[in-house]
Amino acid sequence: MITKNIMIVGVGGQGTLLTSRILGGITTKAGFDVKLSEVHGMAQRGGSVVTFVRYGDSVAEPIVEEGQADVLIAFERLEALRYAHFLKKDGVLIVNDQRIDPITVVTGAATYPEHIIETLQKEYTVIAVDAMEEAKKLGNPKVFNTIIVGVAARRMDFDKSQWIEVIESTVPPKTIALNKAAFEAGYALG
Amino acid sequence: MNEKKLMLGNEAIARGAYEAGVKVSSAYPGTPSTEISEEIVKYPEIYAEWAPNEKVAMEVAIGASISGVRAMASMKMVGVNVASDPLYTVSYIGANGGLVLVAADDPGLYSSQNEQDSRCVARVAQVPVLEPSDSQEAKDFTKLAFEYSEQYDTPVMVRTTTRLAHSQGPVTLQQRQEVPDKPYERNAAKHVMMPANAKGRHVHVENRLKQMAQDACTFAINKAIYKDTSIGFITSGIPYTYVAEAMPNASVLKLGLVHPLPRKLIEEFASRVDKLYIFEELEPLIEEQVKSWGIPCIGKDLFTLQGEYSANMIRERILGMNIEMSKPAQVPARPPILCPGCPHRSTFSVLKKLGIHGAGDIGCYTLGAVAPLNVIDTTVCMGASISTLHGMEKARGKDYIKNWVALIGDSTFLHTGVNSLMNMVYNQSTGTVLILDNSTTGMTGHQEHAATGKMLNGKETKAINLYHLCKAIGVEHVYEVDAFDIDTLEETIKREVARDEVSVIIVCAPCALLKSQATRAKCVVIPENCKKCGMCLVPGCPALTKNTDGTVTIDDTMCNGCGLCMKRCKFGAIKNL
Repeated sequence: MITKNIMIVGVGGQGTLLTSRILGGITTKAGFDVKLSEVHGMAQRGGSVVTFVRYGDSVAEPIVEEGQADVLIAFERLEALRYAHFLKKDGVLIVNDQRIDPITVVTGAATYPEHIIETLQKEYTVIAVDAMEEAKKLGNPKVFNTIIVGVAARRMDFDKSQWIEVIESTVPPKTIALNKAAFEAGYALG
Repeated sequence: MNEKKLMLGNEAIARGAYEAGVKVSSAYPGTPSTEISEEIVKYPEIYAEWAPNEKVAMEVAIGASISGVRAMASMKMVGVNVASDPLYTVSYIGANGGLVLVAADDPGLYSSQNEQDSRCVARVAQVPVLEPSDSQEAKDFTKLAFEYSEQYDTPVMVRTTTRLAHSQGPVTLQQRQEVPDKPYERNAAKHVMMPANAKGRHVHVENRLKQMAQDACTFAINKAIYKDTSIGFITSGIPYTYVAEAMPNASVLKLGLVHPLPRKLIEEFASRVDKLYIFEELEPLIEEQVKSWGIPCIGKDLFTLQGEYSANMIRERILGMNIEMSKPAQVPARPPILCPGCPHRSTFSVLKKLGIHGAGDIGCYTLGAVAPLNVIDTTVCMGASISTLHGMEKARGKDYIKNWVALIGDSTFLHTGVNSLMNMVYNQSTGTVLILDNSTTGMTGHQEHAATGKMLNGKETKAINLYHLCKAIGVEHVYEVDAFDIDTLEETIKREVARDEVSVIIVCAPCALLKSQATRAKCVVIPENCKKCGMCLVPGCPALTKNTDGTVTIDDTMCNGCGLCMKRCKFGAIKNL
């Protein structure tokens, strides 16, 4: 199979690493060669973070380059806009419809762009969800990232049961039930 | 056992050390090397520790090696500078038990203060370097490094980069090979590096490198892959994966050993390809050597000395492809910032109010250099805050530093800051040092250190008391202040910078991300009390947003209840929930 490229972008601290590990788990389980690339260290402190997941018969480089992403999962609107040009022309953009002001906006040095989703829809296939709102309904805003995994799962070729098995083996044991509920909620939205 | 597991490069290095029968590991945390120790400590067969700095870590590993067991030290590249003193000399001593140094470089500066290339250090230290290109090789090469170390009587460097260290790939697991402890033999000529002995060992070092360079022509990890011979690449590490991605049909000489270089193998490869490219990130180490042998090749004329490489670079600059892609949108930058509830923000808000300059150091608190706090004027390396402040005073007199303080974290203070403080006491400085004690090594992701009371394995131990340590080295004026007690902190800083003696203010409050900090009551705004003065916004907490009408909203998913905004509000418009 030709290598598939997935990118997960967000704000440091939002939990993009857990999501990439779930994607790493499902693609490994399906028997693919997989490479993931993460960001640790200083950038995790509220900065813009990017994680790459590549899978196929044989994967060489661990990064996804501009114009090559099949799926871009953005945990925040501005980050969706920042990295949209990494998408292929027929790629899918899944965006969590949440706004987190970067410090440049907080200090007044820059303005947070308006109508991001509408702008992106002109050029890409966009699936926007308010995962934070859905997560609050489940009683814990922290699981919004697993809701997004559920949304993304509908756009990828793996069985639902496989996703659930991977979630069970990846998330902290005490949070399995909550994360499974979050995945289901996202899957229903997608 | 042939289980396959997805592993970070760092996790694979730890696994390699385990399988190689390593018994001792010492390290100081530093991105991108930290996870090696965090993984290695999970193997009960290996004694693993955090040392206070990389020099100590290297020396611990040297001692273990001399005693006859396999030992490893791991660190980021600037840590290699700290460890370079023992490294340069253990190169002469060589190894009894296999001795490996893992050096993690950071091209692209994801989390570092410079972009140095550790291969250069290894070359000067005359130490061989292995460079893996994926997680499987990270494990395999680490194991091989121990074998080479013992075979050639040398320490061996395994060089990684951020992209390898923090990428995951499948790794086939194997059993641990228990290596019997080698007998220790008293041998001053080999182990005591004084002039007469070192002269003899220098001969060994030169012969060793010559021998290894010759043998390297047949090492399996130096692979010449001949395909289309119109273009050939000499490459290694992560850049190899970009070549494989962009030009899978090109001929490639993939070097696993990047120092010393296999001259005959390179000459043969060069003679069989029409055009030779050297594709290496950072310094032109391979390129310069290949050119010195009179072999025409293209490297840094085409590819940058800075940052990370990519497959697109090859597509554009060698294949002349015009890569069709959308233009990146012009969007506001999102640089890293101090977390909501970070005690450093509280401390910096006081310094900002007082108009005090900070001689900074290495840690999360370096972020105090950027807007809106702008309190840190200088950052050089671990421990430099205290010594640079001292230098300023000696250059310009004590009045010059009356509106300066040195800012250093607890872990960084124990790393190398304490030496600088000794210098201040000894040489009659009048400077004020703020130890920002957040009870952890913050930026690298919460590692224990000698003042936290816990070891790498989580077990309790004696905690070095920073107050008594400062007192013991002769600082008369040492104070402990809560970072969120901004009134006391302001009063203490004002008093101490005015004093004509050395002072240390230990500003305490645990890192906001520590689990123990998770249960505080969050802050909320009472809009009817808000006078829209914006005082709460000054420290730049990301949980606070200014609404269009001038009032403020606090994001309850981000707020951790530190109460700094509440203390800054004079109108009672912010309260704890």
